[in-house]
Amino acid sequence: MTLDPSYLTYPKRQLGYDHDLYSWSAIKDRPKLRWPGDKGVAVWFCVSLEWFPLTPSDTPFRAPGHMVTPYPDYRHYTAREYGTRVGFYRLLDAFAKAGVTASIAINSTIAERYPELIVEIVGAGHEIIAHSTDMNGTIASGLPIEQERALIARSLDTIERVAGTRPRGWLSIARSQSFNTLDLLHAAGLVYGCDWVNDELPYRFSNGLLNLPLNHELSDRQVIAVQQQSADSYAEQLGDAFDWLAREAGQTDARLLPVHLTPYISGLPYRIDAIETMIADLAGRAEAWVAPGGAIVDAWAAQEANA
Amino acid sequence: MAEAQSADPGLYAFQPYRNRPRIVWPGGKTVAVWVAPNLEYYEIDPPANPHRKSWAKPHPDVVGYAHRDHSNRVSHWRMAEVMSRHGFPGSVSLSVALCQHHPEVVEDGARRGWEFFSHGIYNTRYAYGMDEAQERAIIEDSIETVQAATGQRIRGWLAPALTHTPRTLDLIAEYGLDYTCDLYHDDQVGDVKVTRGRLASIPYSLEVNDHYGFFVYNMSPRDYADTLIRQYERLASEGAASGTVMCIPLHAYLIGQPHRIAAFERVLEHIAGDGRAWIARAGEIIDAWRGQQAGDGA
Repeated sequence: MTLDPSYLTYPKRQLGYDHDLYSWSAIKDRPKLRWPGDKGVAVWFCVSLEWFPLTPSDTPFRAPGHMVTPYPDYRHYTAREYGTRVGFYRLLDAFAKAGVTASIAINSTIAERYPELIVEIVGAGHEIIAHSTDMNGTIASGLPIEQERALIARSLDTIERVAGTRPRGWLSIARSQSFNTLDLLHAAGLVYGCDWVNDELPYRFSNGLLNLPLNHELSDRQVIAVQQQSADSYAEQLGDAFDWLAREAGQTDARLLPVHLTPYISGLPYRIDAIETMIADLAGRAEAWVAPGGAIVDAWAAQEANA
Repeated sequence: MAEAQSADPGLYAFQPYRNRPRIVWPGGKTVAVWVAPNLEYYEIDPPANPHRKSWAKPHPDVVGYAHRDHSNRVSHWRMAEVMSRHGFPGSVSLSVALCQHHPEVVEDGARRGWEFFSHGIYNTRYAYGMDEAQERAIIEDSIETVQAATGQRIRGWLAPALTHTPRTLDLIAEYGLDYTCDLYHDDQVGDVKVTRGRLASIPYSLEVNDHYGFFVYNMSPRDYADTLIRQYERLASEGAASGTVMCIPLHAYLIGQPHRIAAFERVLEHIAGDGRAWIARAGEIIDAWRGQQAGDGA
């Protein structure tokens, strides 16, 4: 069967993108940027803290890491909870030892279920960013806009109620959005999102929301869980990335190294040494400014007028 | 009506990998090395092709789309600089609509002396299901678009997202294109049987493509670099008997990531410093090969 003639028409074949969510900009053309303390590389540790209901939802899709076996999947439920009960504390200790703060992207249900964990996070000076409600709170086109708006509001309201501060940043599950998401996040008062992995510096969407790109290729999920490389190799790759970015930044410009960690992946006894060493190593680099996402977008926005 | 299908594509004669006529690359080099960056544009909301889905997720597939967009915003510039630093020109597999969307990426390649061939209009528009007129339309569009953007007449074709029809190779030869990157049966250049004109198959590679390295074989950056060096060493050695071809097919959003590019740079250093490599563009390799074929010599 011949394809419909419309398949060979290209109504969006034009200068710039085939959408108006954000505008074109090559990194080489950006105004020079420098991080606080005259540092060249912002290192952003972001930890996802997630609660997987034993009753997974496939609407609009099942989250990565979710239940696998027929009900009840105690295996995956408890292995994920291990990250929250045990692995996350190892990461907290590693950050404390290195003297750095991170962004903790939490499902709001984590705040409801484990408020003592929130006290610990806030007390250590980490930033909390909103990461949906629970791991059934996935977003994609097909999710009715009212449901999506309510999901975002519920996440933010719950976290604010427990943590005392309204999150300024948002990370969607699997970084998945609908065409409505950016406007809904902006309307909800969020300052930045972390889902778009198309850049290595912050940039602003057309609606004013900021994007702080959380490179999925540099996540423990991608390198260790999906590609099945060792924690040592992961640490080595992050070190290589830092070296390269520091060279690009030089003495007059700046780059960003996002490190996305998952407690049930990185927080295991046989991996945590390598992760702890990696955190300390990056924190100890002369060119590094280790900061939570909110501080990074603020530092970027303060220099945005140079553009 | 379904098109007639054939068990044997009838693309080439069987030619065993021994006792072949000796190919010698310029300067007496044993292996022709070409680097093929895929400069692509993926649409955020492409129309459906009944034979293949574009994105794994409902549109927008944010990670899928943004990952590709990383090439044009960030990693092309990093990858291209590393290639130029070590003297490797690109032979570009181009989604030709990139000429409209982000012309400065295409201009950057042209300025670096890169050659362009077509990889379709978008990497989200597939040839599956096209009739002959439709296939002609995308070939003509490719020729005209690249000519207008770069002044180059395209000579090669890599089917968009590797989607072929049984008539693709005949058609591109009819339009005067003289190489295809779609056939993976050899480590040397060879003739492809076409109804009109003549067409050569240049070894591209799936096996050492960065997409396979990182997303099929799940290699670490350093393992992938080691793979490329092993591939090179073997082909350079065998090429002493008859010149071989090594292609390094790349996607900036993969090889140009900050944790991968340094390992890759060491591969280029290795090949450039070895002495056995003829670092060339695809068209130059075809010309050098064609010039050594019986009846084609001067």
